[in-house]
Amino acid sequence: MISQLPEKELQRQSRRQLLKLAPVAALGVFAFPKVNDRLLAAGVRFSDWASGGLFRSQHLAQTFPDSEVVPFEKFPYNGYDVLDPEVDLEKWTLTVEGEVRRPGEYTLAQIQALPKISQNTRHVCVEGWDVVGSFGGTPISNFLRLVGADTGARFLEVDCADDYYEAIDMASALHPQSLLCYEMYGQPLDRKHGAPLRLQMPTKLGYKQAKYLDTIRVTNVLKPGKTGYWEDQGYSWFGGL
Amino acid sequence: MAHENNNQEAKEQIHDPAPTPEPLRAKPPGEVAPTETNPDAVDSEPLPLPVPPVQPRETEPVRAAYEHPLAIRVTHWVNAIALFVLVTSGLRIFRAFPSFGPKIPEKVLLDIPKALTLGGWLGGALQWHFTFMWFFVASGLVYVAYQVISGHYRTLLFTPSDVPGVWPMARHYFLFGPKPPATGQYNPLQKLAYTSAIGFGVLSLLTGIVLYKPAQFSGLAFLLGGFHLTRLWHFVAMCGFLAFIPGHLIMVVLHGWSNFYSMLSGWKRNPEYPA
Repeated sequence: MISQLPEKELQRQSRRQLLKLAPVAALGVFAFPKVNDRLLAAGVRFSDWASGGLFRSQHLAQTFPDSEVVPFEKFPYNGYDVLDPEVDLEKWTLTVEGEVRRPGEYTLAQIQALPKISQNTRHVCVEGWDVVGSFGGTPISNFLRLVGADTGARFLEVDCADDYYEAIDMASALHPQSLLCYEMYGQPLDRKHGAPLRLQMPTKLGYKQAKYLDTIRVTNVLKPGKTGYWEDQGYSWFGGL
Repeated sequence: MAHENNNQEAKEQIHDPAPTPEPLRAKPPGEVAPTETNPDAVDSEPLPLPVPPVQPRETEPVRAAYEHPLAIRVTHWVNAIALFVLVTSGLRIFRAFPSFGPKIPEKVLLDIPKALTLGGWLGGALQWHFTFMWFFVASGLVYVAYQVISGHYRTLLFTPSDVPGVWPMARHYFLFGPKPPATGQYNPLQKLAYTSAIGFGVLSLLTGIVLYKPAQFSGLAFLLGGFHLTRLWHFVAMCGFLAFIPGHLIMVVLHGWSNFYSMLSGWKRNPEYPA
């Protein structure tokens, strides 16, 4: 372990070894604000790419017995703007556009006529809190079949009555637990939770679960700057759990 | 073992250009003997003999050890940077929900001052976290793989035989007790610290995977006590690092420049332990 070597030689060796560390200094570019925006965007893109790869389309998120469901009063309301965009529930229809064979307006009754499932699953917020809730609706895949969607397309975009907008990858949309949700705790969705229809996907973070759905669009292209309300401000686009 | 090979290689490099008997030249004392790195030195004219030969000062041997191979130094510094970013951005993320209890009613457990955090807002902090977690994991995996493959881990893995040496060392550092004799590159207290740091790293990684992908890694989530509790373990792992870092930095300061420089150049001058 211990060597005896001339002073000059020790200095020469030390300098040489020190220089070999130079590549580590490249991490210093993160200290420059102008540069780090782009580097961090690349870091998030890489994370999203890895997330897409880790996503298992048939692996079910954990479900819970009724006894572990958080009481309805303790299920938080979260909105980005208003908690009630005052949707006219009587006249409400869901607009379907894009890569579908049967575009047009669909009523809530048509959606409720599809096979219904209820599930107690965990809702995870990007802020770090989580609640186990009870959700009812029809798997998105049923509805995509009804409208004749091209499920080989890449994305499902939604626009909301409160001007929120979201987009999810097709694999997540087709996941068996991904719902077009019209019930919580066995009751029709209340106005603050997104009446009459919202997304509910236990494999996605809360900000992907758009409320007050207005339009669904099947598409292969997302417009830059229009990939999701929070995502356009810096959240991870995949947002998967 | 790769580590010993490394040393062997280093030694050979050292002895290769060893000064050979040579005519004395007109040059100021202390100037470099002709070596491959300093070919200019041979240009000087030899002095007329006879003059008693003088042993040049620079050939007097210095005790030194090549303590930190390149892989260790690179991973140490990448890891240090990544850990700084992950802790400060992690605290910013924690600010978004500073509790481990329910969302309703929410109790603020800790109000982390913004000045200690990185990212500006939750989304910005998440970007730092999601970028540097890859550097952290990559440097950690390379570090552990290198330690295991080279066998170098034996110099710093805390084992039961190190237990009796912990207290005398702690007494020396914190209570001005007598200094126990150095037996190896790392003393028992250092081994304990470095081994725990690896433990905190493993805990951060496993809990981080669950927090990032609780549905995809539901089995691991179950083993760690569920998603909700895992967030607490992730925080505990950070607290472990926050306990380790000040002690580590104090020791670096106490042990001086030559010790610090060894993590940059690999070479440590006059190590205090015997061969």
